[in-house]
Amino acid sequence: MTDRRVLDTAVVIPMHNEATVITSVVADARRRFAHVVCVDDGSRDDCAALARRAGANVVRHPTNLGQGAAIETGIRHALARLDVDYVVTFDADGQHDVDDAAAMVELARREGVQVVLGSRFLGAADGITGSRRFVLRAAVRFTRSTTGLQVTDAHNGLRVLRRDAAEQVRLRLHGMSHASEILSLVARAGFSYAEHPVTISYTDYSRAKGQRGYNALNIVFDLMVNRLRAAA
Amino acid sequence: MIIKVVLIAALAGAAFVLIRGRRTALSLLVRRALMLAAIAAGVLAVVMPDAVTDVAQVVGVGRGADLVLYLLVVTFLFVTIGLYLRLSEMNDRYVELARRLALHEADADAHRDCLEDRTVS
Repeated sequence: MTDRRVLDTAVVIPMHNEATVITSVVADARRRFAHVVCVDDGSRDDCAALARRAGANVVRHPTNLGQGAAIETGIRHALARLDVDYVVTFDADGQHDVDDAAAMVELARREGVQVVLGSRFLGAADGITGSRRFVLRAAVRFTRSTTGLQVTDAHNGLRVLRRDAAEQVRLRLHGMSHASEILSLVARAGFSYAEHPVTISYTDYSRAKGQRGYNALNIVFDLMVNRLRAAA
Repeated sequence: MIIKVVLIAALAGAAFVLIRGRRTALSLLVRRALMLAAIAAGVLAVVMPDAVTDVAQVVGVGRGADLVLYLLVVTFLFVTIGLYLRLSEMNDRYVELARRLALHEADADAHRDCLEDRTVS
């Protein structure tokens, strides 16, 4: 694969107090992608200025609205550019690999699918803890049985959405349950999708920023109420 | 016992509201009617305390105070669910409002940067 810069793709990075890592994450993303959109979700540090200096377009939420809300804001900002055909969602804590993202866009283009989902269980999850692996495995089983999607990872922040799919992203769960809500959308709207192995680097920083395992139960509650209300 | 039917029906109703609750003109009317009924029942209970015990015995609860407690618990559940739904609806609106503001400001920033580039060159 060549190392050309991808011109028709915007990378959306939601961030909340990520000043220590954001410069290198944005610089890395800019290496492979022409457009990088950082959504500052009401940070108290200066990560917005750092991201802008590193070459990202920055959208600043006036207050903290939640990671799901930040992703949707970033997607809408990216789609306002008419030359953007693909949107990549990417975590700000440096756990994703930009080359994986570029390969996923390549896959979307080659296979003509609307959505490409990153999977750490097809790839590598460096430094994952046993409890995290257990929670994520349970989440995968839950997602498979409730959405019917044949996925191997359920809560991966790295995904590619083609413009026609990205335009339909309207999340009701603004917090951390958005990953499952996006999967529900994929299932409900019948988007074509593929999975791609990705490497997740669990660092002390990403582990500290990550969610607590028991938050999975909050996500299940959110999803249940949301789905029942949507069906009613 | 009548009270069991009433309480189970009320709890099922609470679950129904959580899942299906929509703010319609009818639900508003029901809420207002219940509020007026509660006030009227409260006045009656104050004026005739023995009547509460009589009603309690008719529906199968021993003491009037127990009946009042049961009704309070059910009412509290309905109020909580109603507020939860109302707050999530408000939150949706607030997120959308804040998002529009953020996108608008980002556009303005981009426009200003563009103008500054032009004056520099």
